[in-house]
Amino acid sequence: MTASPTTNKNVQSVSGITVRLAGDSGDGMQLLGTQLTNTSALAGNDVATFPDFPAEIRAPRGTRAGVSGFQVQFASEEIFTPGDVLDALVVMNPAAMVTNLSDLRKGGILIANEDGFNEKEFKLAKVESNPLDASVIEETYRVVKVAMTKLTRDAVSEFGLGTKLADRCKNFFAMGLVYWLFGRSLDPTLRFIEAKFGKKPDVAAANVAALRAGWAYGETTEAFGESYQVNAAELVPGTYRNIMGNQAIAMGLVAASKLSGKEMFYGTYPITPASDILHELTKFKNFGVRTFQAEDEIAAICSTIGAAFGGTMGVTASSGPGIALKGEAMGLGMILELPMIIIDVQRGGPSTGLPTKTEQSDLMQAMFGRNGESPLPVLAPRSPGDCFDIAIEAWRIATECMCPVIILSDGYIANGSEPWRIPALSELPKIRVSHPEGSDGSEAYKPYMRDENLARPWARPGTPGLMHRVGGLEKEDITGNVSYDPANHQHMTDTREAKVAQIANRIPPQDVFGETSGDVLVVSWGGTYGSCHTAVDRIQKAGHKVSHAHLRYLNPMPSNIGELLGSFKKVVVPELNKGQLRMLLRAEHLVDCLGINKVQGKPFTVTELVEQITEIAESAKNQTPSAGGVARSAS
Amino acid sequence: MSSLPVLKAADFASDQDVRWCPGCGDYSILAQMKKVLPELGVPREKIVFISGIGCSSRFPYYMNTYGMHSIHGRAPAFATGLKSTRPDLMVWVITGDGDALSIGGNHFIHMLRRNIDVNVVLFNNRIYGLTKGQYSPTSREGQITKSTPMGSIDHPLSPLSLALAAEATFVARSIDAHVKHLGQTLARAAAHKGTSLVEVYQNCNVFNDGAMAYAQEKKQRDDNVVELEHGKPLIFAKGTKGIRLVGNHLEIVNTADVPADDLLIHDEKSPNPSIHMMLARMSYPEMPEPIGVFRAVENVETYDDQINAQVDLARSTKGEGDLEALFASGDTWTVQ
Repeated sequence: MTASPTTNKNVQSVSGITVRLAGDSGDGMQLLGTQLTNTSALAGNDVATFPDFPAEIRAPRGTRAGVSGFQVQFASEEIFTPGDVLDALVVMNPAAMVTNLSDLRKGGILIANEDGFNEKEFKLAKVESNPLDASVIEETYRVVKVAMTKLTRDAVSEFGLGTKLADRCKNFFAMGLVYWLFGRSLDPTLRFIEAKFGKKPDVAAANVAALRAGWAYGETTEAFGESYQVNAAELVPGTYRNIMGNQAIAMGLVAASKLSGKEMFYGTYPITPASDILHELTKFKNFGVRTFQAEDEIAAICSTIGAAFGGTMGVTASSGPGIALKGEAMGLGMILELPMIIIDVQRGGPSTGLPTKTEQSDLMQAMFGRNGESPLPVLAPRSPGDCFDIAIEAWRIATECMCPVIILSDGYIANGSEPWRIPALSELPKIRVSHPEGSDGSEAYKPYMRDENLARPWARPGTPGLMHRVGGLEKEDITGNVSYDPANHQHMTDTREAKVAQIANRIPPQDVFGETSGDVLVVSWGGTYGSCHTAVDRIQKAGHKVSHAHLRYLNPMPSNIGELLGSFKKVVVPELNKGQLRMLLRAEHLVDCLGINKVQGKPFTVTELVEQITEIAESAKNQTPSAGGVARSAS
Repeated sequence: MSSLPVLKAADFASDQDVRWCPGCGDYSILAQMKKVLPELGVPREKIVFISGIGCSSRFPYYMNTYGMHSIHGRAPAFATGLKSTRPDLMVWVITGDGDALSIGGNHFIHMLRRNIDVNVVLFNNRIYGLTKGQYSPTSREGQITKSTPMGSIDHPLSPLSLALAAEATFVARSIDAHVKHLGQTLARAAAHKGTSLVEVYQNCNVFNDGAMAYAQEKKQRDDNVVELEHGKPLIFAKGTKGIRLVGNHLEIVNTADVPADDLLIHDEKSPNPSIHMMLARMSYPEMPEPIGVFRAVENVETYDDQINAQVDLARSTKGEGDLEALFASGDTWTVQ
């Protein structure tokens, strides 16, 4: 295999590029995007991605409903989002063009597969005429029409594939062209083709030919006078890899398993966008990971509790609708006081909602979606790479406090990716787990005796002398026997609440990006971190006294939250829901928070946050802390 | 290995007061379980009882073993997670007709078809006891209950037919009042490798008293119950009547009228469940109802063995998991 070619045309250096690849859901756009991401990461850029695809596996071809997109920003500086506006848009058909064009900046590059623009496709996309022919298009964007289908067929003709197979190679042609345009090396993708299609040499050779043809097209056509170069970003020194959120959660779990010396049982039921955690974990059987694809969500979590009772760390994951089904068993896990992790990869709701689109509207479900008084710790990762750390942290809390811990991820970070600095094993926290030793049984075992964390012991079946029974009926303090005593129920309810509340003492205080007091505090959680951080950074640079607190611990919250909220004139909570964190902050701290709320199945753009937060900052500027609508601290 | 202490039935009793209604059939099942367990030679700490919700499901509290009283209908799922990770434990699932067949129907089926090595005791009293007297999935059509004042219009479900349809490897039935038979059946279930299901006809003397009197009472039992024994013909009514297979159905014959060779010989080991299914469909009053082991197919791989075998195989082929190697898998690059 020969190495990647180099261009003879002019190269313009830019600090970052945002590109979106859009086509029919069968066109291989996700593959193209993933390859471009990996290649850019390997070139040392910081990258952030946003895959956006239909819920249907193959929505009707050529229709707007069937458009699958993949957006990636790669940059020579640290970035936190996949970008708002596109510098380049690649479209394979009219439906992809009309549904994505509004995000392309003026003067941006529009590359269109000309062969995908014909009468039949116009009809499918419900457009009257060829959208490429509109004069406004040529005036607004740099349009490059490429006969990708024909060029791909020509490039692969020598390999004797049928038309259908030959046409499948056109995403590699598009990839080659994009690689040329942004100065990307072909090598990683050549290696990928070899690994993926090595057993089908004709398909592999055709894909290679298509990729090279796409590159050569960019180099030779007069449509492009120059290509672009994004230099390596100055990231913290270390060895990096590209990582997706679900992948990072799976790796964090297996790392925690090693760190704690506990094997892991993963009981789950397939659901978008959580299923990839299962797919990843099935690869880790040699780490002692047992994965169980249960018959339903309820069985999934119940099997997890069964494993936890046996002394194995139990983990289950789902998305909102599945978590709803797990509610009763989560309550049981809570009263049994067994360690386990429950991961909710949130998606648009309610009910089946928007399976492939992101939202963060399960916070209330995580906090309160169980009968009775049953508080559970809730953590939320802020980025794909942070999923790794959150998984380890959840494991630590679950085992130290003997309780189920909820992780609130979301579709945006689950499927998004970023460079991840590979940690040295010595950097990872140790997790100490112990089980009580056996006894001669002369004294009755006390399964609900507690330690300084209010955690009860984790006695494993099979240990002599520790025989005990647990269950969903209220426990008598210390003995764990069934008890209907009113005072005991009060005591046990209070104790379980206190056990979760005291976790606040053993998590880091809330950190702030910016000053610890000022005009506006932006409070966010979960996957909106990147947009909020970038927005606040810009607003600060514009001279406003705006700070940002991003919560990774939602229950309990860090102990300094109340004080922090009271130190700003206004508190703004951007969320991809109707104001769930805002409701919690208002209820707990009597702070009149303002919300920026969006439920469109899409992440925040930095621009929309900058506009709205700046407006609030302007109005707060002349306000004194004692004026109306001022934040008050409950503490 | 040190010698095991000799345990008695009383050693398996927990310190909790048993709180079933006086006269409940559950007492008999509890007594037989405590009698059978010491004979198995399994230490108490290696035994776990898992139950769902219902009168029967209070059972684990009364056993001095490990135990979990879980949520309604889901005991099979808890048992699956436990047994998959702790194949060294002997796991019993205690359930009732409402628990196993109504709210837990799904889990019941999947536990059986996976053949997880657990022992299931299904207390069938054909009524909801703990929720006070509503009809259950095994209640007879037309039954008057609190929720069916004009008679139940649901067709009843046969737990054994359902189990056989799921290709369960061990299927048996016994009766609370038939203590010797019950003890023997529990012992056989315990010895089976794979999911063993024992349906126990159990009288609810408060809400459905006498529903199974035809099978429980000594006076009627001989005429209405046929005891299955492997390799032996189906004979009942003190030897006067037998069961014969004619075409594709079973019929009652007088043993005096037909040659002994014509009677159906019970084959619990047949991998083909068709005849077992015909036996499971025998229903009073048209037919005597079989008790004993309907089916006991050995050497079918269990789920727990296989899930652990895959872990062992992965370790032997890929080596023990190495975090550093895992983190660095795929394309990496270094920033100086």
